[in-house]
Amino acid sequence: MTDIQPDDTVDARGAACPGPLMDLIGAFRSAESGDVIRLLSDTEQSLTDVPEWADEAGNELLAVEELDDHSAFYVKKV
Amino acid sequence: MSEHIVIVGGGTGGTVLANDLADRLEAERDAGDVRVTLVNDGPEHVYKPVWLYVPFGQREPADGRRALTDLVDDAIDLRIDRVVGLDTEAQELRFSGSEQPVEYDHLVLATGSTLEPDRIPGLEEGGHDYYSESGAIDLREELLEFSRGDLVLSVVGTPHMCPAAPLEFVFMTDDWLRERGLREAVTITYTYPIQRVHGNPHIAEWARPIMEDRGIQVETFFNAEAVDPEAETITSMEGTELDYDLLVTIPPHGGVDLIEEAGLGDGGWVDVDKHTLEAEAAENVYALGDTADTGVPNAGSVAHYQAGVVGQRLASEIRGRPATATYDGKTLCFVETGMDAASFVEFDYETPPSPAPPSEKLHWSKLAYNESYWLTARGLL
Repeated sequence: MTDIQPDDTVDARGAACPGPLMDLIGAFRSAESGDVIRLLSDTEQSLTDVPEWADEAGNELLAVEELDDHSAFYVKKV
Repeated sequence: MSEHIVIVGGGTGGTVLANDLADRLEAERDAGDVRVTLVNDGPEHVYKPVWLYVPFGQREPADGRRALTDLVDDAIDLRIDRVVGLDTEAQELRFSGSEQPVEYDHLVLATGSTLEPDRIPGLEEGGHDYYSESGAIDLREELLEFSRGDLVLSVVGTPHMCPAAPLEFVFMTDDWLRERGLREAVTITYTYPIQRVHGNPHIAEWARPIMEDRGIQVETFFNAEAVDPEAETITSMEGTELDYDLLVTIPPHGGVDLIEEAGLGDGGWVDVDKHTLEAEAAENVYALGDTADTGVPNAGSVAHYQAGVVGQRLASEIRGRPATATYDGKTLCFVETGMDAASFVEFDYETPPSPAPPSEKLHWSKLAYNESYWLTARGLL
C-alpha cells in the first residue's frame, strides 16, 4: 500500500479502453500543477497506456498499486 | 389503469423505439392499458451522418432533416417541449412549457450528445466542425476556397459521436484534393488523444498504414489545450504546437445536464447495466444510444439495436413477464476511405472488429443505407 494522498480520485472501473486514460486526462485538465490524481482502472491496457501518456505529457507516475481486481495509478501534474 | 411510457429525445434511438412500441404494443394501446409519449425539444428529427458530406458539396443540410410528425406513428403522443426536471423517486418529469409535472411508469432517456467547444479556449473562434449543421455549412465555405496550406483535423475529446468520422474526413479530404489536383499543396495532419489513431485498437491498426500510404501526418497523444485563432496554432497538453491554415475539430461532447442533476451519471451519461440498459441509480429508467454509458461507440446503429432491446423489455414488463432481451454490444459502421470507396465493420462486446477491404460497392452501400435510414427511423428497417 502506498501512503500517497491524492488530491482527486477518478474511478474508471468498468470503463472500456481508452475510457480510463481519457478520464484521467479529463481530470488533469482541471487539476493544478502539483496535484496528484489517483486513477482506478480494471482495464489491463491501462498498465501501458497510463505510463506512456504520463511520460509523453511530462507528468510523473508516482506509483502503481496492483490490487485484487483493479489497479490504482498515482499521477502528479508537473 | 393505463401505464405511461415516456421517451425523452427524438433522435435515432428515441424515434425508432417510439415506432417499435407503437407496433409491438398495439393490442395493449387499443385496450387502453398503455400509452407512449415521445418528447423532443424541436419539431424535427435530424440524421447527423449527412453532415459528413456537406463540406464536400455532396449533400445539403436539409437532406438530414424530417418533421417528426412525418416519421412517428400517430399512435404515439408527440410532445414538442423541453424536459427541465426529472425526479426518479416520484417518477415525474417537469417541462419548460408547463408547470404541471407529468408522471411516468417507465422512462427512456435518449437525449444524445451535445457539443461543448467552449471547454477549449479559442476552439469556437478558430475551429470548424462537421458535427453540427451550422458547422458543416461554415466548413463547406472554407473547404471550397482552400487550395494550399496546412489542414489539421483534431479529435479533441472522446467519447464523441460516430468514432469513424474523423478517419473518414481525412480520407475523403485526401481523395477530394487529389481529384482536384490540389493535394501536393496541402498537408493533412490528424491528431488523436491516445497513442493510436482510433480508440479501438483493431480499427487503429487497420487505419494507420492507410494514413501512411496517403501521406496523412499523424500526431498521437495530442490532447488539445488551447487554440490561438490569431496565430493559427493549436497546442496540446503534451506540449506540441501545430500551425494550421484550416482547423477542423471534433469538439468535446457532453450529455444533457438533466441526467447529472437527477443523479443518474456523470457528464450527462447514464450509468447503465450494459446488457439490460437499465439505469443503475433509479428504478424504471432505461437509457439508450449516446446517453447510455456502455462503452460502445456513440453511433446510430447502436441506438437502433438498443431501441429494439428496450422495446422488447418494456413490452415484457407491460405484460407482466420477465424481461429477457439483452444488448450484446452490436455495432455496425461503414467507413468511407475516399470519395468512392468504403470499408465496413461489425463487432460486439465479445467479437472485435475486422475492417473489410475498401471497395466501391461498400461506398455505395453506405450511401444507399443513408437514403434507407428514413425507413429505420419509421421502424420499418
